[in-house]
Order: sequence, then structure tokens, then C-alpha cells
Amino acid sequence: MCLGIPGKVIEIYQANDMKMGKVDFGGVIKETCLEFLPDIQVGDYTIIHVGFGISQLDEEEAQRTLEMLREMEMLADELPELDGGLQT
Amino acid sequence: MKYLDEYRDGELTKKVLVEIEKTVTRPWKIMEVCGGQTHSIIKSGLDQLLPPEIDLVHGPGCPVCVTPLELIDKAIALASQPDIIFTSYGDMLRVPGSERDLFSVKAAGGDVRIVYSPLDALKIAQDNPEKTVVFFGIGFETTAPANAMAVMQAKNQGIENFAMLVSHVTVPPAITALLESPDVQVNGFLAAGHVCTVMGYWEYEQLVEKYKVPVVVMGFEPVDIARALLMCVKQLEEGRAEVENAYARSVNPDGNQPAQDIINQVFKHTDRAWRGIGVIPKSGYQLQDAYAQYDAELRFPEIQTIAPQEPSVCISGLVLQGLKKPNECTAFGVQCTPENPLGATMVSSEGACAAYYQYGRYAISLEEDKITR
Ligand code: SF4
Repeated sequence: MCLGIPGKVIEIYQANDMKMGKVDFGGVIKETCLEFLPDIQVGDYTIIHVGFGISQLDEEEAQRTLEMLREMEMLADELPELDGGLQT
Repeated sequence: MKYLDEYRDGELTKKVLVEIEKTVTRPWKIMEVCGGQTHSIIKSGLDQLLPPEIDLVHGPGCPVCVTPLELIDKAIALASQPDIIFTSYGDMLRVPGSERDLFSVKAAGGDVRIVYSPLDALKIAQDNPEKTVVFFGIGFETTAPANAMAVMQAKNQGIENFAMLVSHVTVPPAITALLESPDVQVNGFLAAGHVCTVMGYWEYEQLVEKYKVPVVVMGFEPVDIARALLMCVKQLEEGRAEVENAYARSVNPDGNQPAQDIINQVFKHTDRAWRGIGVIPKSGYQLQDAYAQYDAELRFPEIQTIAPQEPSVCISGLVLQGLKKPNECTAFGVQCTPENPLGATMVSSEGACAAYYQYGRYAISLEEDKITR
């Protein structure tokens, strides 16, 4: 229930006085209530829970995090016994 | 997929793990609060790649698992009534009540329907005016705005044959209860990223101040988890206790204001029992008086009188407080499996017992000789 995954807003419309939208999760399209995301627009990414968008993902913050981590000095193969351990 | 693949990058995760290994000098017990995160950690095997000093314990943040037995029994009583259509998130159907589960009510001919969103339950109510549709409103702050919206829409659209069996719980009071408990010795907390997406993380500032424990807001992918752990370990090693945000692409300090507004309009705080743990003061939501007509417990007062019994072998209460790991339970994988669960932590994919079972963390001995360094 709490494993919201990110999807891209591809359409926005009104229904029953609520901001609704279609959100694309890697090809699976879900109808979603976007009432809690007044600023979200087509092309933005959101995380949905039980049919409601709760978050508008922040591209700049996302890039900043990844860059910071990638810049960390050490090399992964310093610890070879970790190889192949990640099952994701 | 964007915002997903880059956070599942094994190389990047390993880099962060190496940094954790370099940083840690002493044993630390760190709790991830959210069941979704427990699932990610066990699925990715991250728990087995951490340096031995770090003991990751699993927290109470599985909404299905902590829904009290009393409310499961009430749900079963409602679902058994012929003029009620009972709607619920799918996970709840297999959760054992005192005598049976919702699934067996459905098998016996009860009208129990799985919905993906509370708005689907509302639609069912509109389509079936001769029946009352009861929705099982469970979850943490992540589902509260959605469930609040369904109740508000019912009122605005005049849909009177809709009611909600409310069993909402909130995270900060549960963390406080764990910190107050003399048995629980957790050095740092990894806060639930999506709860904080809705609520922000200002509520944790006081907690950190009072109990001097680091709290790091964490996402759900391996890179996010490793990074949050690194931030938490750094704080612990440096003797700091602060609230830090390791999930800034989704979480800001104040959270989602429109979502909080609707929670506050529709719900008010109440004391709530957590399954296996007991009553935690002001740890749940119930409907505001203005929405009392949608409260299933008030509309069907006959369900009030149930006094439930837990199976004695199940230690899920200890599992939910991080005091025991699932594979320390004698029933784990023997009498208790996902097909035949004794406790709710074996039912939900967010339950620690189910995650341990699904990803093969069978025996404690296996845990001990997994990585020899
Ligand atoms: S393995 Fe089953 S019986 Fe044991 S704590 Fe988990 S849910 Fe309860």
C-alpha cells in the first residue's frame, strides 16, 4: 500500500469537481485523482497511493542527489565480496 | 523508468555501502519504520550486505499488520450482512480475525469486493443504491487524504448509502511510544518517505530534540535506502541527532498542504489500538462530528460488542516493535505461512514475516553465516 511508484502525468481533466488525470507507469495507464497537486502539469512525475497523487517529483533535487552520490570518491570494487549481492 | 532505474543502480548502491562500512566503528540498532521499506530491504538483500555492526530492525509501519483484531472482527460482522457490500484493499481479505477472515466471508457468499481506491467504493455505492457500501478505511497518513476525500465526496454528492469503517493510524505517536518503551533500544530511525511526503517532517523535530535520536527521511529504492542509512550512521558516529531528508525529490519539510487540509477537515485525532502492540494515545484518526453519519461503527452499533482473542503463538507484536525478527518465531514457516497466516505480519507484502518468508530468510543460523568478512 505504501510502495507508491513514480508515474508520468499524460492527461489532466475535471470530474466531480476534482482534478483528475491519466498517469503512465511504464506503459500501464491509471486514472488518478490529482486534487492534492494543484501545480502539477502534463509531463510531470507523481507518486500515487490508492488512486491519489501525493507528490510532484522534483527533478532538480533528484539530479542533485544522484550527482552527489556519483561524485563520492571511492570505487565500488574496493569491496569485491559485495559483487552480485543485489537482487533487485 | 525515470525516477526508478537510477535508484536501483547496483554499482551506486555498493559505493554508498562502502562508505557506510568506512564510517561505522560501533554497533548501532537502526529501525526502518515503514513496511514498504522493510519489503524493499529484504527483497534487495541490502540487510545482508551491511557491515555486521549495523542491526536493521523492522518497525510497525505496515497498516494491514497493525489494524486491530477488533476491527477485523467488526469488518467480518459487517461483511456478513446481506444488505451490505463490503469494500476493502485486497491485502485485508486474508488477515485472520478471531475465527475467520474476510476471504472466507466472501467464499460463503458475502458481497466482499476488492477496490484499488476509496473512490471505487464510492462508485459502487452509486451503482447499488439499494445496498449500503462499507469501505474499510485503513492505513497511515499516506492513505488518509484519499479516504478523507471519499467521505467528503460522499457528503458533497449526497451519497448516503456509503459508510467507512475507520482504522487510521499515524506514525509519530508510534515512534514516540517505541522511544518511551524501556524494552526498545533503537539508536536511529529511518522515517517513512511517503508518510513524510504527505505530512512533512516538522513533527520529528521535537522528538529528535527530546530523545536525541537521529531521524532520516528515507525513500524506497536501494540507492535511497543505502544513502539514508549512511546519513543515519554518520549522525550516530558524530554524536549528532537531527532530522535529515534523504528523499528530497518527493519530500519537503512541510509536506503536502492540500492533502493535510482535507485530513484535518474530515478526521480528528483519537486513541487507537495497534494490533500486537496495544493502545497508543492520539495515534489514530476518526471522523469529525460533521461526518459522523458516514461512520460505520455508529451506523451499525450492533457490531460494537465483540471481544476478540489473539492466537497465543504469534509474536507479531514483538516483530512490529523491532524486538524480534520474524524467523525467531517458532511458528514461522511451520504453522504460519502466507497461505495459512496466523498473524497479520504474514499476510501483507509489507509485513516483515511475509517479506522474510518470500525472500528466504528462513533460519537464524543462515543469518549468522551469510557474509563472512
Ligand atoms: S511468523 Fe506468523 S505466527 Fe510468527 S510472528 Fe509472524 S505472523 Fe505471527
